[in-house]
Amino acid sequence: MQLPNPETLLSDISAKILAQLAKPELAENSALIGIHSGGVWLMQRILSQLKSPIPYGTLDAALYRDDYSQRGLKAEMQPSNIAFNVQDKHIILIDDIFYTGRTTRAAMNELFDYGRPASITLAVLINRGGAQLPISPQIVGAEILLKPNESLQLSQDTKGILHLSLEIEDSKASHV
Amino acid sequence: MYNPQLDADGNLKHLLTIEGLPKRILNQILDTAETFVGVAERDIKKVPLLRGKTVCNIFFENSTRTRTTFEIAAKRLSADVLNLNVGTSSQSKGETILDTVDNLIAMHADMFVVRHSQSGAAHFIAQHVPDNISVINAGDGRHAHPTQGLLDVFTIRRYKPDMHNLRVALVGDVLHSRVARSEIHALTTLGVPEVRVIAPKTLLPTGIEKMGVQVFHDLRAGLKDVDVIMMLRLQNERMSGAMLPSAQEYFKTFGLTQEKLKLAKPDAIVMHPGPMNRGVEIDSSVADGSQSVILPQVTYGIAVRMAVMAILGGGNA
Amino acid sequence: MKIHIKNGQVIDPKNNINAKQDIFIAAGKIVGMGNKPADFTANQTIDATGLIVSPGFVDLSSRLREPGSEYSATLVTELHAAAAGGVTSLACTPDTQPVLDEPGLVEMLKYRAKQINLAHVYPLGALTRQLNGKLLTEMCKLTEAGCVGFSQADSAITDTQVLWRACEYAATFGYTLFLRAEDEYLAKNGVAHDGEIASRLGLKGIPAAAEGLAIASILRIAQETNTKIHLCRLSSAEGVALVRDAKKQGIQVTADVSAQHLHLTDFDIGYFNTHANLKPPLRSQRDKEALCAGLKDGTIDAVCSDHTPVNDDAKLLPFAEAEAGASGLELLLPLALKWASHHKLSVMDALSKITHQPAAILGIAGGNLSIGSDADIALFDPEQIWTVTPSQLSSQGKNTPFLGLEMLGKVHYTLLHGQITYQASH
Repeated sequence: MQLPNPETLLSDISAKILAQLAKPELAENSALIGIHSGGVWLMQRILSQLKSPIPYGTLDAALYRDDYSQRGLKAEMQPSNIAFNVQDKHIILIDDIFYTGRTTRAAMNELFDYGRPASITLAVLINRGGAQLPISPQIVGAEILLKPNESLQLSQDTKGILHLSLEIEDSKASHV
Repeated sequence: MYNPQLDADGNLKHLLTIEGLPKRILNQILDTAETFVGVAERDIKKVPLLRGKTVCNIFFENSTRTRTTFEIAAKRLSADVLNLNVGTSSQSKGETILDTVDNLIAMHADMFVVRHSQSGAAHFIAQHVPDNISVINAGDGRHAHPTQGLLDVFTIRRYKPDMHNLRVALVGDVLHSRVARSEIHALTTLGVPEVRVIAPKTLLPTGIEKMGVQVFHDLRAGLKDVDVIMMLRLQNERMSGAMLPSAQEYFKTFGLTQEKLKLAKPDAIVMHPGPMNRGVEIDSSVADGSQSVILPQVTYGIAVRMAVMAILGGGNA
Repeated sequence: MKIHIKNGQVIDPKNNINAKQDIFIAAGKIVGMGNKPADFTANQTIDATGLIVSPGFVDLSSRLREPGSEYSATLVTELHAAAAGGVTSLACTPDTQPVLDEPGLVEMLKYRAKQINLAHVYPLGALTRQLNGKLLTEMCKLTEAGCVGFSQADSAITDTQVLWRACEYAATFGYTLFLRAEDEYLAKNGVAHDGEIASRLGLKGIPAAAEGLAIASILRIAQETNTKIHLCRLSSAEGVALVRDAKKQGIQVTADVSAQHLHLTDFDIGYFNTHANLKPPLRSQRDKEALCAGLKDGTIDAVCSDHTPVNDDAKLLPFAEAEAGASGLELLLPLALKWASHHKLSVMDALSKITHQPAAILGIAGGNLSIGSDADIALFDPEQIWTVTPSQLSSQGKNTPFLGLEMLGKVHYTLLHGQITYQASH
């Protein structure tokens, strides 16, 4: 399968996010929140393109996952860090790969513990299809339908360039 | 060899003592606790992990402070908390420990936090609960107080991240201290190269060197160049038990004062599990001084206990 | 009842017999060994092929729990356990409720035991009233009622003046004192050997010196007063060394060790296993080795079961709160055999420690096989493996640190005064 270039996809969604932030009713009280780890890298890249700074934060949502009873805690957890007041803000929630929608739900649950946002817009690099909940991203870089035994991983090299790799269970991977 | 604290896959099933736990489990708890420190600093200090679960504090030996920190930790994980102070209820009516525990199991409790005046009580209870219940030892006799040992090394790790390069001294009544034993196991398992115990002979257990510590009877010699000083509480019974003549003489010979603190490294930290006997084991100016991390210990204690409960409460992938 | 035990391997250490020999029993006595007596027609024949035919075992210490502690065990159950263990004579301790310090109580106990008729019971009388370590008991009357010696069970006499006088009084009549040596103050509230294991587990320890100090005092007094002393349940290397020296000096002392202490150490406490909570405590590897060596070189004269049945509830407690003691009558044989085989000794060596040696200490007939002696006999298979489980034990006490472990050596028949008191089911 031919994987798209994540740098290109980032440019796409950046443009859409910047366009949203340019709207007069949203410009003053918006904020970006990235979901660890891929969403945070994307958010940092987008922040660097903004002319004026806006509040931002990071979320892990590991403590709000719905599979704790089955799988326990994740081995690696990052601390969530939202230093601004979420109340009445228009939040743009950023993640790398959208799949079942459960990560988004967990992130929203955690977000609501910080306050009541005015709205949440979900922006993702790739929607791989397979939503199990009535949640879908409003800003999408690309839609790539994957089989259940396939998964996409976003990574960032030492120079900060983004890469995508496809992993298939018990088989070889291909990288971009 | 069979380890009652781990399940067949090597995951933590009960937390009874630090002794015998592999390093990876200690690190798992400490790393998870880091996340919970962040939660405690938010406005909403709660996460939903243990929602719908019931945590029972079964305290056969009274302790308001420890019980309270476990209660806060459980509530911050959204658990329901049941407090049983057995000294004032069924036990004194002659009910056996197992009967008390069985009653709580019948009420569908999910996790027991147990404190008892006898060594081995937590192990005993863990042997008798069904598979779906986890037991956390909140202190059994003079044997173990694993969450205290963990929060102490968590605190050390925060201030002195390079654990492989530390000198740590424990000062005081090691003989009667479950905290000391847990601290020693945690420090040695995590690879702290030099662990010292400093106490009069009457307050040291037989064969303590076999636990991997160096023994000192002279506080000044023992504190030299130390990075971490862990003070232990002295109880009044030691005087009546002919182990020490008086609190005053103890303070003179083993009490931590500003002057003696200077023998340690200039950036050494001072710790105490609480409650403190000011003027007996520690001088107020040291307890309240810049090198003291006694209050952060309490904060970290909640995060560490949340981590333990979160790890025990989850399923295993 | 005429019984013919045929094809068995007779091993009798006292008379140095180790041979294939038939045994002929009539009217409760052995009437022939080897050759069939004239006019002997057996009513019953026991085929002892593959079995060892031994004198019935003599146990220096069993707690039968009557009178008083029937919740834990009764004479009926425990004498069944004795028979199942091949024990035909046993001495019981005076720490009953009430304490065995009155002749009437001793008579009643002996009467009850005789009625039950499963083993010969030889009571040890209390040395002081109520075992309180202050006032002497009526030792002559108690001996007349059936006591074979005097004991303080687990209660020490701390007042050295009282101990001295008790020894002197007993020596007047040639009575033997059975004393477990332990300094009361050093042992106070202790539940384990004072060493590395107790320190790790946070259990209050009893130092070996508690035994050493007490043995030294007792032996010194015994020497001065010329008293026969039997030291019960040695547990430490220093204890063994003191007894060895005392014997060299000609002091009249004998000693025993419990079968458990020959095989276990404080390490066997494991994760606070209350079955390993014993008095005296299980000590270190070094102590265990000294006990085994002491038994081998004769410093320790006999092995006993130290049978102490404890009901389940009293063991289902945190370690220090649990009642001390292990059920042992049915393990005496296999544990003695195991000691012998570990130390490259023979079955005969093992049997001598549980037959004629303890019999001599108690001053009773028994513990040997000869024509004219009572037919108190144990037949056992030294090769049979069995697992220690609650259902395998006849005793009401299922409390043994050997639960779940395999034993080598099983009693098949026990005869008391020519009557079969135990027969293993097949």
